[in-house]
Amino acid sequence: MSENLRVKFSEYIDETIRVSFKFNGKTYHGFKGDTLASALLANNVHLVGRSFKYHRPRGIMTAGSEEPNAIVQVNDNTNRTEPNVRATEVEIYEGLEASSQNCWPSVNFDIGGINNLISTFIPAGFYYKTFMWPSNFWEKYEYFIRHTAGLGKSPTKKDPDIYDHKNIHCDVLVVGAGISGILAAKNAAKNNFKTLLVDEKNELGGATIYQNREFNKIDNESSSDWLKKEINELKNIKNLEIKTRTSIAAFHGYNYLLGRENLTDHLEKKEKHNQIRQRLLKIRAKKVILATGALERPLVFNNNDRPGIMLSSAVKKYADFFGVKCGKQNVFFTNNDSAYESALCLYNKGIKVNAIIDIRDNSNSKIVKAVEKAGIKIHWSHTVVDTRGYKRLNSVSIMKLSNDGMIVTGNKINISCDCLGIAGGWTPAVHLFTQSGGKLKFDEENKVFLPNKYPSDQISVGSCRGDFKLKEIINNLSINLKEFLKIEQVDFDKINVESEKENSKINIWLLPSDKAIGKTKPFVDYQNDATAKDIKLALREGFKSIEHVKRYTTTGMGTDQGKLGNMHALGIIADTTGVKMGELGTTTFRPPYTPLTFGTIVGRNVGEFFDIFRRTPMNDWHIQSKAEFENVGQWKRGWYYPANGETMHQAVQRESKAARESAGILDASTLGKIDIQGSDASEFLNRVYTNAWSKLAIGKCRYGLMLNEDGMVYDDGVTTRLGENHYIMTTTTGGAANVLGKLEDYLQTEWPELDVYLTSVTDHYATASICGPNSKKILNKIIPNLNLSDENFPHMSFKEAQIDKIKCRVMRISFTGEHSYEINVQASYGKSLWDKCMEAGKEFNITPYGTETMHLLRAEKGFIIVGQDTDGTMTPIDLQMDWIVSKKKYDFIGKRSLYRSDTIREDRKQLVGLLTDDPNIVLDEGAQIVSELNQNPVQMLGHVTSSYFSPNLNKSIALAVVRGGKNMMGKKLFIPMENKTINVTVANPVFFDEDNARLNA
Amino acid sequence: MFLINCPYCGERDQQEFKAGGEAHIERPKQPTELSDDEWAEYLFMRKNIKGIQFERWNHAHGCRKWFNMVRDTSNDEIKLIYKMGEKPPSD
Repeated sequence: MSENLRVKFSEYIDETIRVSFKFNGKTYHGFKGDTLASALLANNVHLVGRSFKYHRPRGIMTAGSEEPNAIVQVNDNTNRTEPNVRATEVEIYEGLEASSQNCWPSVNFDIGGINNLISTFIPAGFYYKTFMWPSNFWEKYEYFIRHTAGLGKSPTKKDPDIYDHKNIHCDVLVVGAGISGILAAKNAAKNNFKTLLVDEKNELGGATIYQNREFNKIDNESSSDWLKKEINELKNIKNLEIKTRTSIAAFHGYNYLLGRENLTDHLEKKEKHNQIRQRLLKIRAKKVILATGALERPLVFNNNDRPGIMLSSAVKKYADFFGVKCGKQNVFFTNNDSAYESALCLYNKGIKVNAIIDIRDNSNSKIVKAVEKAGIKIHWSHTVVDTRGYKRLNSVSIMKLSNDGMIVTGNKINISCDCLGIAGGWTPAVHLFTQSGGKLKFDEENKVFLPNKYPSDQISVGSCRGDFKLKEIINNLSINLKEFLKIEQVDFDKINVESEKENSKINIWLLPSDKAIGKTKPFVDYQNDATAKDIKLALREGFKSIEHVKRYTTTGMGTDQGKLGNMHALGIIADTTGVKMGELGTTTFRPPYTPLTFGTIVGRNVGEFFDIFRRTPMNDWHIQSKAEFENVGQWKRGWYYPANGETMHQAVQRESKAARESAGILDASTLGKIDIQGSDASEFLNRVYTNAWSKLAIGKCRYGLMLNEDGMVYDDGVTTRLGENHYIMTTTTGGAANVLGKLEDYLQTEWPELDVYLTSVTDHYATASICGPNSKKILNKIIPNLNLSDENFPHMSFKEAQIDKIKCRVMRISFTGEHSYEINVQASYGKSLWDKCMEAGKEFNITPYGTETMHLLRAEKGFIIVGQDTDGTMTPIDLQMDWIVSKKKYDFIGKRSLYRSDTIREDRKQLVGLLTDDPNIVLDEGAQIVSELNQNPVQMLGHVTSSYFSPNLNKSIALAVVRGGKNMMGKKLFIPMENKTINVTVANPVFFDEDNARLNA
Repeated sequence: MFLINCPYCGERDQQEFKAGGEAHIERPKQPTELSDDEWAEYLFMRKNIKGIQFERWNHAHGCRKWFNMVRDTSNDEIKLIYKMGEKPPSD
């Protein structure tokens, strides 16, 4: 294994820096500049993985991000482990560890390989068809399938790396730094466009860098030498930013693109420390130039997937760019001239090329002549019919193609080789273009999809728009750039370009073999193990649309999205069905172009920054008091305050009793508060609430119910009239933002004539709510000069007052049914208000209570919580709250809907109280309610919405919505649970203090 | 991701906006005069066109103003933006 497969070191490999790394536990050496793929190939390692379904040995196929086979797990057994990484993109560094995926126990001996032997029995749709029966066995099948299939392992621990997001605004974004991208970016920047040039690779130059030097010349130099000088000039150009190792993942509408900038993956471990690993670039570009190049196509023939079979361009790139020979005995198989370039490149480096197999019957191009001159045997009109070698290719069999290319004839010739470069032509990389909404047209002559209609200010240049010859690329680039950037000239107008003029090719999407297709394995999608056979099966079974065939065969559904094989799939469908390829259309290319890590997507928004939390000014006190918190909307609210190891139940029972027997205190700062002013404020409230507001006196409070236009309860809360034209509205904690939005909507769009101004003041006030029979005494201690007599300060009224010198608003309102006050101060005084209340309440054992106790206390009183007892299908009538719906008002939001035929149905779900026959049983919220136990099917009447054990009544109480519940008072109903049936009786939802005596106590 | 030209603030990212459904559906001035069917027409019926559609948008994380947008839903092209209360273009 230690034989040296390096040929000549290219300038991109630093042979002075030796890098050791591990692959599948074995240590190898490479050099700085190597990718994992090139370093493995230099060590004569082709076998890097097993295929997804048949577990066939697979090798490195490409030299770029389109790689379908060589996908590896890096940093295995650490919390930085990452699956599905393309070995062709991993730059090696000292200490890199990577391993093969989808094989067990090892890539050399994989038990799943048995699938290959029985593959005749595993056609497309096998899993759908086979594991359907018996249905309850699925769990057992799944266990087995999951263990033998799957690509890679996801990390089980928290990702320790730092990720970042960055917004970028530029005039021109150029994607791809091949020759087109470089010249485009340079000329854009020179013409004062703020330009960003990105490329997924670590080096600029694209394919031109290793293009054939003999046949591609610019100003009498080889095109690669010429381009290197251009690249050197880039750093002196103002307005131009270059980002390498940056791949554009998504191209959305309005020139909004997402890029992934890879900052540390190529660095040694110690250099990675505390650095940002990857950055998500959110790019809004005025203009976009796509120079994404083209991907070489494989050829589809029998057993075209063995390790050692590679794209011809990849064989060339490994030799030229990395100085690695992929094989000692090389053979090329082609339908165009590209393979000849590769063959010549290898020949010039002294690497043996045994033969070229060409499905064409001739070609007169200069490059073919040069290959002939070099004495390399060319088999015209031949095709590979089979290949051999299990873990590494050792020979290919070829036969003569018939004139129509449909069958093979004559004798079989065997050619030994350990590397087969296949060249099926080029597919323009139009993925980003189509993601942006661009429409493609099919070029029947060249069998390629090309950009047709641009949906935004963008162009495609170079080979991604179908220009493949250097001369044509440069000429068209000049024309297109001038038009796109509206500039007079480009700096490469006068260069003299020489390149090959033609590249004739013939397309045979599925090459014939001497065997029947059923006996062959012509892979179309390597990663998902979909063969031409599977596609034909899908068509036979009636799938016609390309989208259906894709899903049935999984062609193009791997992590590589079928970058190599999609065109062949289309071609085979077209040939089989007789439909033109252009009419078939393509499947949808979806972002991301190459996989993104979750870390990159979320950036810094992890942990406590995942979603923001809102905290009240009293939050520190709650934490010190060991409160358990509940998330309400974005707020952190005190849920309950366990003392001395109490359970939640014990704490809530204690808090609830204390609030009714002496005094309780609640942090109510989170309630939404909207300041409403203007000469039409009263009229406005009349229109948005169900009840009447015009006659509410200044200094008085009123409970209001707000509906949607469909008549369903939307929000509720107490609104106070502070002045003639001034109100303060409270909303539910979770509904505040939506209520403000809804009110603004009506004001701006339906009633612009109203003079009303709305301001959210939720965060401006801190609110302490004290309740219980001793609340009056406590408030008197805090604000001694405020007359708290019922005459001066009755229930549902408001006073302005001062605590020391701090202004406060006090409302005597109650959600618990107890005598209670809500004290509002400027938010910054919230903590001192709370401390004062606690201090003043000490002698009365004032007990802080959380949301759970609040819910329990209000349930005892039968007060609803919007969102808990309602679900967007409850009218006020359903809630038995007819009293709050004004009969006199001509209109309010939702009024007309209250007497639609549907809303007046008697059998709507209506809010009722439920009492369990056994007072100790507390119902489950959400439990279903029935009236008949022996019905089949059983008819659900409704469900429990709120349920508690009431310490003040010493029994279980519940609120529920029940079909026709209004007329069921006293009726016995049943709640069937898993192990028992609970008997309940319909009751009045007001369980406690029905005549409200305590409010004025 | 749209770039929306708020008539009050200028071009802003779509993230700052909230879509508010079909535009130019006026709330009936006298709902009580309407039959169930007529009220349902206002309440429930929306066009959801593939092609040119008139929409309401709100600059929720900006000036909070509502405005109208003419958008081609087939390719997301924003054809026109105009203020609330202004008449929709006739063509």
